[in-house]
Order: sequence, then structure tokens, then C-alpha cells
Amino acid sequence: MATTATAVAPVPLRRPNLIAICLKEAKYEFLKCLRFPMYSVSTLVFPLMFYVLFGLVMGNQTIGNIRTTVYLIPAYGTFGVMGASLFGTAAGLASERGLGWLQVKRASPMPLVAYFLAKVVMSLIFSTIDVSALMLLGITFGGVHLPALTAAKLLGILVAGSIPFCAMGLGIGYLATPNSAPAVINLFYLPMSFCAGLWMPYQFLPHFVQRIALLLPPYHLSQLAFNVVGAGQGGPMAIHWQTLAGFTLICLGVAWVGHQRDQKANG
Amino acid sequence: MVAAETRTSRTLGAANEEPVARFASVNKNYGNVRALADFNFEVRAGELVALLGPNGAGKTTAIRLLLGLAKPNSGRLSVFGGDPASGETHVRVGAMMQVGRVPETLKVREHVDLFSSYYPNPLPISETLAIAGLQELKDRKFGALSDGQKQRVLFALAICGNPDLLFLDEPTVGLDVEARHLLWNEIRSLLRRGKTVVLTTHYLEEADALADRIAVINKGRIIAQGSPADIKSRTAGKKIRCLTELPLDVIRRMEGVMDVQADRGAVVIQAAKAEGVLRQLLQLDPEVSEIEVSSAGLDEAFLALTREDGARA
Repeated sequence: MATTATAVAPVPLRRPNLIAICLKEAKYEFLKCLRFPMYSVSTLVFPLMFYVLFGLVMGNQTIGNIRTTVYLIPAYGTFGVMGASLFGTAAGLASERGLGWLQVKRASPMPLVAYFLAKVVMSLIFSTIDVSALMLLGITFGGVHLPALTAAKLLGILVAGSIPFCAMGLGIGYLATPNSAPAVINLFYLPMSFCAGLWMPYQFLPHFVQRIALLLPPYHLSQLAFNVVGAGQGGPMAIHWQTLAGFTLICLGVAWVGHQRDQKANG
Repeated sequence: MVAAETRTSRTLGAANEEPVARFASVNKNYGNVRALADFNFEVRAGELVALLGPNGAGKTTAIRLLLGLAKPNSGRLSVFGGDPASGETHVRVGAMMQVGRVPETLKVREHVDLFSSYYPNPLPISETLAIAGLQELKDRKFGALSDGQKQRVLFALAICGNPDLLFLDEPTVGLDVEARHLLWNEIRSLLRRGKTVVLTTHYLEEADALADRIAVINKGRIIAQGSPADIKSRTAGKKIRCLTELPLDVIRRMEGVMDVQADRGAVVIQAAKAEGVLRQLLQLDPEVSEIEVSSAGLDEAFLALTREDGARA
């Protein structure tokens, strides 16, 4: 009886699975960026190169009572995550918005959420590669001792820290044009990295820069990461998480406004 | 079973009566620019209809409205009887749009694989590649393709979901003759599969080669509609160039002459049909020489149609 009912029932239209689409979109977003040297090389090579030069080659120094080879993992980890996320979202979005590719996608049945999620997932993957490579370099060549739990915690915090910068990237991607996007990203990326103490330890920064640092998301992410290896400024960690969460919401708001503006201009 | 049959026949019946897509008194403005004005148009199942017009005539706007990418300021618009922007409509539609840059580091097969995944019943990837003539290029990165090959990839992305209705927005713009004819063959193969196609172009030749029906658009309005033969007889008159001593006024008064101009010592005559005018010319001026007859270009055709349009208004 039950078999007959199944046989007669109309065949339902096979609906594409949203998760499957998101995964495929993310896979190709990753391949797209991996094969684009301006992205893959600059986001992977620069943090690692800085680590080799200032951590491994200069070697055997300390910052506070932490060895530089340890100290620089959270510092360049934050730097790498920020670059991977900002460039991974903003550059692609600005160019695809401005040069018609997003319109081609929107003319297809692609769920819009898949488009954005793919860019975030791609940034998370590059962030994971970045941070893992830094830790591997430190452990292999820098004599860094990282217990598995500490390493996992550091990786987890830094990769989660990609999300605020993805949100910021989406905001920039909606406000910038295809040509201006890389410049705009660098205009935020490099000064923020310096002022947040990613290139020069926070305690060595001039006073007024230290005050600025407190307003910068990379400072808060780096403090969470430094704290894992005992190199932070101390104090409660909650404020850093809250700042990053608030910053994420503001950036998503900016992106949403940009999206509405686009809709209005095109629609 | 019975229920399924009834539904099928009803669907077929509906396909005969209901247009696949319809504009009813649609107005669309961009700022102060009127892109479409009181636009009325229907697309019928299984036909290839060409929207023909100069740049800025409103062709792309019409396609964007049908894709739900833009909303009309007033009037009604439906695709498969529903909202063009809805998900149910989108899975039955494929579109080839004009695009400035396509991600260049993905391979042809990867682009097709991704777009196929958006649709409930896509064609097998190998079939899409075969229809678009891309089998041998499937592992080539998009950035390494020629312009004609790039257009064919965009064509593949439009058809990969096996949609019932296809929009091709200026599919052959910028292509050389060979690439254009290749794409034409691919478009014709869609019609044999029972698809409905809406094509925009500013080449009369292209509309003539492909379309069952042509709608000529100018300044956001349809100014002429009909079979390619109809449109050509109304637009594509003949151009006669010759050396003659006859005054322009005399020629202008001849039967069938639409326009006369002096051009570098010669005379250029626009006429609906060449034969009658030539007969009169030879009669009045046996010395007429260097006669060249050519088809009026699209520019002249548009001029003729827009003049007609202006005279009616």
C-alpha cells in the first residue's frame, strides 16, 4: 500500500540544496583567489616573510619577557588574517559589483547569501593557512614551544577574528569602485596594522598612537591572541570581544546601506 | 496518472494562449532619463523575438526588468505569469548579459559547474559544453580565451540550467564574423529544442538571421513590430549612388524616392525599391553612369522608421 502511494505520488522538483550551493560557491571562490597571485601571494607571503625576517633572522631577542619568535606569531597572525579578509572580500566585491559580474550572478537563481558566504569562507580558509603556517615556521625553525591546546586556541581566536574584517571588507567593497578598492583597502590596512601595534609592540608606540590603538579592531584582536601566549596588556578579555562584535555590526550596517544604494541605482 | 495528464494538457493549453512574458504599459525612468515609455510587448512560447534598436534605445532595460534586476515605475510585468524577481521564475530563465569582467582564474568547466548547481534540473555539464562548442576549451582559464570564446562561455552559463526562456543581451557585440556565425548556430539549436528566446541587438542583419519576430525600439518605445520580412520592407530600402546631370529636385519628385543628397560629385538616392527609380533615371538621363545599388544600412533604416514614428506622433 505504502509502496503504491510512493510510486504514484508526483515526482517533486529537485530543489538545489542551499548548503551544497554555498559549499560549491566557496570552493570556487577559494580556487579563484588561490590562482590570483596578487591575492594569494601577498596575503600569504608577506606575513610569513616578515616573520622570517624579524622573528627568525633577527632571532633570540625578547619583548617584555616573551621571545620575539613567540610574540610575532599573534602579531603577524592578526596582520595576515586582516589582509586575507579585507582583500578577500572587498577587492572581489568592488570589482564584481562595478564590472557587471554580480549582475550576471543575480540574473541566475543563485541565492545571494551564497555569494557573500563564499567570500567569508574563503577568507577563513586563507586565515587558517596563514596562522597555521606562522605557527609551523615558529615551531620548526624558531624553537617555539606551543602545546596543542594553546596552538588550537590561538588558531581559533585568530580565524574567528577574520569575521570582523570580512564585514569591514564588505563595507569597503560596497563603497569603493573596482579601481579604487585596492588603494582604499591598503589605506585602512597598513596604517591600522602599525597603529594597532602589529609591526612594533604596543608598549613601544608613541603615547598618542597607543590612544588611537584602543579604537582599532586589530588591536583588540591582537590582544585576544597575545593573551593566549601570555604577551597581552592584561585586563578583562570581554571588552575586546565586545568591541570586535560591535565593529562587525557597524560594518555590516555600512554594507547593507551600500547594498540598498546599489539596488536603488540599478533597480 | 490521470491527474498528471490533466495537468500536462492544461499547461500546454496555457502555453498556447498565455504569453511567456508580458509588458503592459510599463514605464521605467532612470533619474530624468526615460528608459521605457508606455511599453507594451509580449513574448510567445517557442519564438525567438529580437528587440532591435540603437544603443540607449531601452533594450537592455527591458531585459533587466524581465530578469527582476530592475523594477518598473509603473505598469505591469510578468514572466511565466508571475513576478520576474521570484525564485520560481529565475530557475526557468537563463540570461546572457553584457559584463565588463568575468573572474579570469576559473576554468570554463568550473564556471559551468558552478552555475549549473543553481538550477534544479540542469543539463549535464558535458552537454552544456557541447552545445556551446567548448569541449576542447573546458580546462582553459577564462582569462586565456578569445573574445568569441568568452561570449560562448557566457552563453553556456545562460543555457546550463536548461531554462525554458532565454535572454540574450547583445550576444555577438564585438565579435568577428566567424565567431558571430558560430554563436548564431548555437542560438538556432536552442529553438529546435523548443526554447523561447528574447534577443537584443543593434544589427538588423542579426535580427533578420535569427528572429521569428522583430520589435524595433527607439527612445524607449516600440516603433515597429513584425516578421523580419515586414520590418525589412519598411526599413531596409535601397541606396542608389550614381553620376547624373539631373537636378536634385527632379530626382526628388520621382516616384518611390525617399531622399536625395549630393555626395562628392555624385548623387545618393534613398528609395524603397530600386527598380522603379532606376527606370525613371535612365529615361530622364540616358547619360547616367557609375550606378551602384546597395541595401540601406541600419542607420538609414532607423532614420526611416524614426521619421515615420515622428510623423505619426
